[in-house]
Amino acid sequence: MDEFILIGLAGVLASAGPVVFAAIGETITERAGVINLSVNGTILLSAMAGFAAALATDSTLAGFLVGALVGGLVALIVAFSSITLKQSQVAVGFVLALMCRDLAYFLGNPIMGESGPIVHALPVPVLSDIPIVGVLFFRHDLLVYASFLLIFVAQFWVFKTRPGLILQGIGERPAAAFVRGANVNRLRYVYCVVGGMLVGMAGPIYSLSVKAGWKGSISGLDGIGWIALAITIFGGWNPLRAAFGAYLFALLQWLGLVLQPSLPGIPSQVLQVAPFPLMILTLLLVNIGNTEWVDRTLAGLPESTRHFLARVLRAMRTSPPASLGVPFDSQ
Amino acid sequence: MDVTSPRIRFLFGFLAVFLALIFATIVLALTTDDPLGAYYNVLIGSFGSMTKLSDVLVAWVPLLLATSGLLVTFTAGLWNIGIEGQITLGAIFTTAVIKALQGSDLPPEMVIFLSILSGALGGALWASAVGWLKIYGGVNEIFGGLGMNFVATALTLWLIFGPWKRPGIGSMSGTEPFNSIYWLPQIGDLRISWWSLGIGIAGIVLIYLLLNGTYFGLRLSAVGKNGKAAYLMGLPTTRYLMMSFLICGAFAGLAGAVQVTGVYHRLIPSISSGYGFLGLLVGMLVNYQAVWAAPVALFFAALNIGSIQLPIVMKLDSALSGVLQGALVLFVLLMNGVRQRLLGKQ
Repeated sequence: MDEFILIGLAGVLASAGPVVFAAIGETITERAGVINLSVNGTILLSAMAGFAAALATDSTLAGFLVGALVGGLVALIVAFSSITLKQSQVAVGFVLALMCRDLAYFLGNPIMGESGPIVHALPVPVLSDIPIVGVLFFRHDLLVYASFLLIFVAQFWVFKTRPGLILQGIGERPAAAFVRGANVNRLRYVYCVVGGMLVGMAGPIYSLSVKAGWKGSISGLDGIGWIALAITIFGGWNPLRAAFGAYLFALLQWLGLVLQPSLPGIPSQVLQVAPFPLMILTLLLVNIGNTEWVDRTLAGLPESTRHFLARVLRAMRTSPPASLGVPFDSQ
Repeated sequence: MDVTSPRIRFLFGFLAVFLALIFATIVLALTTDDPLGAYYNVLIGSFGSMTKLSDVLVAWVPLLLATSGLLVTFTAGLWNIGIEGQITLGAIFTTAVIKALQGSDLPPEMVIFLSILSGALGGALWASAVGWLKIYGGVNEIFGGLGMNFVATALTLWLIFGPWKRPGIGSMSGTEPFNSIYWLPQIGDLRISWWSLGIGIAGIVLIYLLLNGTYFGLRLSAVGKNGKAAYLMGLPTTRYLMMSFLICGAFAGLAGAVQVTGVYHRLIPSISSGYGFLGLLVGMLVNYQAVWAAPVALFFAALNIGSIQLPIVMKLDSALSGVLQGALVLFVLLMNGVRQRLLGKQ
């Protein structure tokens, strides 16, 4: 394979890392039945705070710890106001999405443009020398490896363990999970905060690695959280599919840059957002099977067509956890 | 203690504002020795002179229009996060009509009128896409709207750097400004226009009457409170949802049209100035009721304009306005929750 393409694809895997963290964090949160809409603000605030901490201590580890802490704190506010105070999750999450962004810009102003510590690449011995695979997967920094690992750990946790089964239960049928002894609201708190900490990791991965530094409103991070939220839906609340969505998105953005010279009529800013129409289309495809009129239309079609169409729709369809956003009261 | 009484409600509201101010002051104290000075500068920067006051009104009109529209979608139980894109499309349609008709035989007043009208149409069209996705595609309006926002941004950039680029080379400063005969007439040498003020005020009055004085408003709130029950009662719920998207989109489009004809006199990349998202905050803060929308929007606009002083005078970031606005809404929501929890305990 062409060296240029290979390095480009390795770059795609690396640049998707933070989105993988954010999308899987949100997937876990929503699996538990809580929507944390604050992702966009959380990523910006944790990117700034993580960079500031790393700058002050000259340690990237401190940066990641602070990033995760910020993400966990913001998620705690969402959990407290929605689970304990029964306020609208969408409202609180949306306010936090805006406020945390502005907090990041305001508090980050003094450290804007400073150069701080960055995470260095750590090629895996032996494995990194394998042709093609070595370049693609084993010449990254620790965080990229962590993002690979996270996909499988999350997938295993949700679908193959007992706590994972309970996690699915509290998002789908909290009453049933409660009857079987699960402390629904406490678990929702836990998963919301853990998910928030994963989202909070995305920030420092940007500011200490993928887009090192803090440049205020021109950091190019505003909007990524909204993308991560869309990818969570696109992934059908499944960590593996969410990760696939993150890579697909990064790939399309990279293709936009690469194809730019051969499409002189189209400004680069347009190609950068080109994945969005595709995203809307996919959202449409995965959701349309859930609508009533499709059922009705299908019922009126001849048998053979109907079976085929119904199969296609079912294969694409995803539905959210049944109790997503619904508060639970044990009475 | 009766926690539903107006006096207790007021007390909790007051507490929320107080806590938000404390929060913002702590944030300020982290970056400056003079937090009170920052507030003073924001105040001077927004109401300190006639020019500043007119700048506040310039920001108030599109924010109020966006909020007015959002009150309709809120009433229908919808989160129209796609409003940013709808404002943008309004601006694009307005620019397109002025570009097409400038230099024609039509009187400039007519051109401006037509362009504002088509701005409303553009916003409504963009909103209808979100409505279609929601009603017939099962796509949640939050995510459909977000996607459409990004597409609207892309469309703006494409126009500015492509077909509508300035003679020579396209730049982030936007398209070529229009001849001043196609501007909304300004008051003296102030930037505000009687016309845009009129559109803004007429807009919120209209929405107030629509939501509080018509059967449409009553039915819409039935759909918003319990869509299934409304449907079983025989209301065509999908039509009501679509109508609310269209109305909100039209108001958002008007906001975009005012930004083009009254403020920037051209299309710029971030023409919506974030007024759509800010309008969502205003809507939440006024508890989705039209009565307080105008004064709260004015206060938010004043914070936005006043905080422009901060980087100039104190080397602080102007994002303070967003921190204060967000904190206000957040603490009001939290205090509401605390009050309701106390109510539940009784």
